Amino acid sequence: MRAQFVLSEIGVGLRRNLTMTIAVVVSVALSLALAGASLLVRDQVNSMKDYWYDKVEVSIYFCTKADKTSPQCAAGAATDDQVKQVKADLDKMNGLVQTSTFESSQEAYQRFKQTNPDNPLLAAVGADAMPQSWRVKLVDPTKFDVMQSAFAGKPGVKSVEDQRKILENLFGLLRGLQTAAFVIMVLMLFVALLLIVNTVRVSAFSRRRETGIMRLVGASNFYVQMPFIAEAAFAALLGAALASTLLVGGHFFVQGWLQKKVMFIHFIGLSSVLAVIPLLVVVGMGMAGIAAFFTLRKYLKV
Amino acid sequence: MIRFDNVSKTYPKQNRPALDNVSLEIEKGEFVFLVGSSGSGKSTFLRLCLREERPSTGSVHVLGKDLGKLSNWKVPHMRRQLGTVFQDFRLLPNKTVGQNVAFALEVIGKPKSAINKVVPEVLDLVGLGGKEERMPGELSGGEQQRVAIARAFVNRPMLLIADEPTGNLDPQNSVGIMKLLDRINRTGTTVLMATHDQAIVDQMRKRVIELDKGLLVRDQARGVYGYQS
Repeated sequence: MRAQFVLSEIGVGLRRNLTMTIAVVVSVALSLALAGASLLVRDQVNSMKDYWYDKVEVSIYFCTKADKTSPQCAAGAATDDQVKQVKADLDKMNGLVQTSTFESSQEAYQRFKQTNPDNPLLAAVGADAMPQSWRVKLVDPTKFDVMQSAFAGKPGVKSVEDQRKILENLFGLLRGLQTAAFVIMVLMLFVALLLIVNTVRVSAFSRRRETGIMRLVGASNFYVQMPFIAEAAFAALLGAALASTLLVGGHFFVQGWLQKKVMFIHFIGLSSVLAVIPLLVVVGMGMAGIAAFFTLRKYLKV
Repeated sequence: MIRFDNVSKTYPKQNRPALDNVSLEIEKGEFVFLVGSSGSGKSTFLRLCLREERPSTGSVHVLGKDLGKLSNWKVPHMRRQLGTVFQDFRLLPNKTVGQNVAFALEVIGKPKSAINKVVPEVLDLVGLGGKEERMPGELSGGEQQRVAIARAFVNRPMLLIADEPTGNLDPQNSVGIMKLLDRINRTGTTVLMATHDQAIVDQMRKRVIELDKGLLVRDQARGVYGYQS
């Protein structure tokens, strides 16, 4: 294979169909950028899960004096024995419970005061309005159901709550975004494929003299098809480069602007973005090359 | 060199075969004219030799290979051993004469050094020495056909197939091309030439194969274009 010869053929081919080439580059870039974004959102959700699930706890709240209205607290405020009984049960669940800490009404009240200093309720209620609770950290934060069935309805227990629920809403939103990006990506990819097929077809037609002579003098299929496949793959490479630029640009936008507005989320780093790029290049070029190959099978017969 | 055994070819959606039970053999080193009116099956005959088509029945042997049994990926290799020339020259208009000939070598992966050596040699042979840098558009029809012959012959093929190579040329240029083909034939290359040019066939007195409506109607050594009545 003579590289110089092949390269000059590619250059001629791409310039001959400049508008088509641009269309291919842009559509490949958009679909790859969406594919990359969808992968990065998944990484983001995973990294947030790791970060937050480590911090979330299951709270077992006990009844207070004021809870008489709810059926599970008809007996009034939880007694110390009931609190101790729950602790004893927790201690038996070795494989499941990592640590458990007790929060008294007073501590809960202090914490609430700290986090909501301006809340008007503060003046109205005393410390005994806040429920005492066991804050349980699980070995596997997804095993909430076991906790729920073990402690809900026990004497003195008002409710078992999973902090994870609050996060699930956020993750749900991100997953929705990821799905949307994926769907748009599939559509764009389809458009990109059609464009590649068309470009190769036009290219094969405008070079039918050359390919006719190549077949005549016995050039191997590889030699005949190579310029077309390389052309499509090269256009896809440009598209992948553009997509990578978009993703890196997007990363700096998130770091520089969004990070300041949304402090509580830790965004994934540049290295994750860079890790996606080789995948985009390989997928883009591979896809274009394969599309070109199958188009040529139809248009360049031996 | 070429052997047809009971070869018939019927194209899809056609009742009459384009070639009907043709058997013949062309030996190494022969010069053969293939004559017949339009639609007589000449083109089909040549296309079968080049394996552009496969026979419906019968077998075609070219250069010792049964083309019906030759797998697709081996076809390019077989075509490297034969040269082809057409009525319409089939040159690349945006490449120089030298590049046109070199193209045939580049696309089969010949090294640059070998190409630089053989291209001027073959251009000398066809009488175009020194015109390497000219564009095909600047040349006469006869000269363009010489470029095409140079391209077909640059690999020194065993067999040269020419489909009406003088069809677009005036009598004087035609004679020049025939002299060139005769010279190539004398180097040992078998030449199979389809033609309508009566004067040339009558003058050369080579073997003549005549097809009519797909049938082989005449195979005559040292023949003429048609029987004189």
